[in-house]
Amino acid sequence: MISTEKYLDITGVGIEFDTNGKKFRALREVNLKLAKGEFVSLIGHSGCGKSTVLNIVAGLLRATEGGVALEGKEVTEPGPDRAVVFQNHSLMPWLTVYQNVELAVNQVFRKTKSRAERREWIEHNLRLVNMDHALDKLPSEISGGMKQRVGIARCLAMEPKVLLMDEPFGALDALTRAQLQDSVMEIQAALGNTVIMITHDVDEAVLLSDRIVMMTNGPAATIGEILEVKLARPRDRLELAEDPDFVHLRQQVLEFLYAKHTNPTNRTSTLPVRETAAEAETGGKDPSANTEAA
Amino acid sequence: MSNDVVTLRPDDRYRQMVAGVTSKTFLEGMLLPAIGVLFFLLLWQGAADQIETSLGQFPGPAQVWEQVQNLSAEHQQERQKAAEFYQRQEERNAKKLAQNPDATVKWRDYTGKPTFVDQIGTSLLTVAAGFLIANLVAIPLGIVCGLSAAMYKAMNPIIQVFKPVSPLAWLPLVTMVVSATYTADDPLLQKSFLNSAITVALCCLWPTLINTTVGVAGIDRDLVNVSRVMALPWRTHIRKIVIPAAIPMIFTGLRLSLATGWMVLIAAEMLAQNPGLGKFVWDEFQNGSSDSLGRIMVAVLAIGFIGFALDKLMLTLQKRVTWDKSAVLR
Repeated sequence: MISTEKYLDITGVGIEFDTNGKKFRALREVNLKLAKGEFVSLIGHSGCGKSTVLNIVAGLLRATEGGVALEGKEVTEPGPDRAVVFQNHSLMPWLTVYQNVELAVNQVFRKTKSRAERREWIEHNLRLVNMDHALDKLPSEISGGMKQRVGIARCLAMEPKVLLMDEPFGALDALTRAQLQDSVMEIQAALGNTVIMITHDVDEAVLLSDRIVMMTNGPAATIGEILEVKLARPRDRLELAEDPDFVHLRQQVLEFLYAKHTNPTNRTSTLPVRETAAEAETGGKDPSANTEAA
Repeated sequence: MSNDVVTLRPDDRYRQMVAGVTSKTFLEGMLLPAIGVLFFLLLWQGAADQIETSLGQFPGPAQVWEQVQNLSAEHQQERQKAAEFYQRQEERNAKKLAQNPDATVKWRDYTGKPTFVDQIGTSLLTVAAGFLIANLVAIPLGIVCGLSAAMYKAMNPIIQVFKPVSPLAWLPLVTMVVSATYTADDPLLQKSFLNSAITVALCCLWPTLINTTVGVAGIDRDLVNVSRVMALPWRTHIRKIVIPAAIPMIFTGLRLSLATGWMVLIAAEMLAQNPGLGKFVWDEFQNGSSDSLGRIMVAVLAIGFIGFALDKLMLTLQKRVTWDKSAVLR
């Protein structure tokens, strides 16, 4: 199902920010290749440049060196073929649910679909995320989980070649997050989207991904390790919770995050590395240690 | 999905609480304001009795009310005269045409002196014209300044220097420029009207310009990024994202603008001799009859009430166009 040819190619990407004359190197030598239909998670501590990688793929930021190619074409500017789901839903508060999706659909399919076809397409995408019951509601009238669903529908409606998700469920409570994760898994199974998702949540990464890309801490962050997740699909969170493979994968991610690349805010800790990891796993403040979602 | 519960946002809850506490009871809605007004009237009457001017006693509420009735009676008389004039003219012309169908008849406008109500009308028209001119410039310029930091940096010194300039300083310049450039033989608009309107425009440009700039510059980065990802053309971007996002701030600017414009107008009309409320006040002051102070006081109150009404009108409009229903507007 997953073709082996390189669909999205991130090669030697590095970026240096210039703030008030001071140069700050955020990323160096990021290399990642995605096959069509692949679901890849980026995980790492805050400030490690995960979002920067995503923004470079989206075209919202220009890399200082290296570049991104999608289907052999270099990415130079943002476009609907690389739709982004932002963390804070980012719906236009003055447009209804329907109009928010319509704005994207009218832009992408103005020339290729008739008015009736566009209407059907908008409703179809809202149906995919179970939001077809609230077409005429304003974002302020629906819950955070619903807003994020609409945000996802808006991106799906653009028929992107790559779907980029920047901590899409980070602002949601654990139960809503679990529901949305299930929805995303179903939609991905049905549509075969190529996805890059940024997350803080270890269980989420293991549950959803084909590969987990773990990033080292900044400045000058890069990819530390890549973990293949070969769990069979469809995946069920209840069954997986006790699956030894799942537990092992989860353990590997936690080890990377808390043993090998401990949170930069804990660096001054005098505790041995091993204990820091245990502490972070049981009661650390970092949201990645949050395991409620599984 | 059904587990997604629509929750009240904290500010909604806060509003409900506030609404509960300040619900319009009879006491708060009617009685307290009435007591305030009554107290003010008593104080006014008391103070007026103590002030003796060269034009007689300073008018108290009673004398002012008398002048309100006088002015209204004068208005009705003048209207009647006008109606009679037009009737006579019509009869005369009809008679002429009956005798000789080819006769050239003359139709003249009635040229009576403008009444207080006419003057209010002129003032409203002038301020509307000034307000319109100002906003045709200020809103587009504000959008450009908000979108482009370079443009804002270029404009900022100009805005800061001209913003505090009084209308009285502009007026002589405006008058000279208008006399030099507006030289139609049969002018559609009177020069005094243009002078006042342009002066008003120069003064009420700034609040809208500044607020539009701030509103546009403050659009949520994420929303701008959404627009970039969708690759919206700039026209659509401005129409669908920038203007709706900045509308609350634009309207804040418009309200400030209109309030400034109305204040400036009275001074401008006094000096430009535009036949509005400003001229009325000035003429009464020059006239110096024993009624003058009372009539000026009527104008003062009329200016106040109209200013209040204009602000309410803008507030109503603002509430209608603002998408952020949780914003408390007052």
